[in-house]
Amino acid sequence: MNINLTLIAQALAFALFIWFSAKFIWPYFTRKIEERQKTIADGLAAGEQGRRDLEAAGKRAHEELAKARERVGEIIGSAEKRDVQMLEEAKAAARAEAERILAAAKADIDQQVARARESLREQVAALAVSGAEKILRREVNPETHAELLGRLKKEI
Amino acid sequence: MAAEHELTPSSYIGHHLAFLQHPVGEGSFWTLNVDSLVTSALLGVFSLGFLWWVVRGATSGVPNKRQAFVEILCEFVDNQAKDIFHGDRRFIAPVALTVGLWALLMNAMDFLPADIMAWITHFFAPHGFRIVPTADVNTTFALALSVWLLMIYFSIAVKGLGGWIHELFCTPFGANVLLWLPNLLFNLVEYISKPLSHSLRLFGNMYAGEIIFLLLWMMAGAGLAGTLFAVPLGLIWAIFHVLIVALQAYIFMMLTVVYISMAHESH
Repeated sequence: MNINLTLIAQALAFALFIWFSAKFIWPYFTRKIEERQKTIADGLAAGEQGRRDLEAAGKRAHEELAKARERVGEIIGSAEKRDVQMLEEAKAAARAEAERILAAAKADIDQQVARARESLREQVAALAVSGAEKILRREVNPETHAELLGRLKKEI
Repeated sequence: MAAEHELTPSSYIGHHLAFLQHPVGEGSFWTLNVDSLVTSALLGVFSLGFLWWVVRGATSGVPNKRQAFVEILCEFVDNQAKDIFHGDRRFIAPVALTVGLWALLMNAMDFLPADIMAWITHFFAPHGFRIVPTADVNTTFALALSVWLLMIYFSIAVKGLGGWIHELFCTPFGANVLLWLPNLLFNLVEYISKPLSHSLRLFGNMYAGEIIFLLLWMMAGAGLAGTLFAVPLGLIWAIFHVLIVALQAYIFMMLTVVYISMAHESH
């Protein structure tokens, strides 16, 4: 165990190895590790964000559902109201129509009655005239007796 | 081993503990332990190259098993550094990673069977090749002294030269003029003991582990009964040594972090 030049040579080799290690190995190692740490941190943050988003989305969906349910209730309510209203309107329209038809029929009947009465009256007048003719056994001039006949007609 | 010599216990161990040395100048200091250098350099290039290859192809998405393994390793080191050092870890963490991984692999060379490795290395190093670089005191001193220099560098960088000198003279006992000398002596002891304990702890453990393996293999070579005893003992020691190898690498890494982070803090 004697000290010789090997000491200095080994020290130089050691210095060289330290330099190589500090320059070409360690920085790459730490860079990769830091990159990975960042990736993992980002991934965790993204996961957390996703979880929060999911929670918010669920909440919103719940709200939307409640709103939709409320709206459906409203729509059904208004539809029912409208149903009743339409029924009432239809009933009213039908009643009005019936009344109108009834009135028309009544007017028709009145007219028919009047017309029948008119023709009856004319027939009765003609019958009376012919009766009178037979009774009088003479010709009655309708022109000269028109005024008389008109009065008679009115009396019937 | 060496067939031309008589094989005695001391020659066997001595042979295994011989460095492959290459003189580069006059005097005993100017030699290089080629085996320690080559092995440690290969291990460093292999381990850091592997990390580099994985890290360059790394994805920030789902990692494959290879990348996950490297990430576990890096994060383990980073967490250890984080617990001790409060500040920017862009330098201290790679230092800890380098020193921990490198020391671990260098220690782990002890698991390679000594005589089989010697048989292989004899083709190019007939007079011995030490396969465990951390059982070479030069390696552990080199690491510890590098850490020591980093410690002093950061002390000055963080507190300023004046602050550091002030700390040498005025802590831990107080700023009184009479206490300057005791303070300085205390700090000197601390500055000397740190690299010594840092390096000798690792060296001692690895060297002792190697010696015990060699003793066991020597016993195994001493006849049938020796082989029968040496195999279970070697197994037990190898299993125990797994703990030592990992623990000593870990301790060396942690002390590195502790010393450098202590340099950042004021007393």
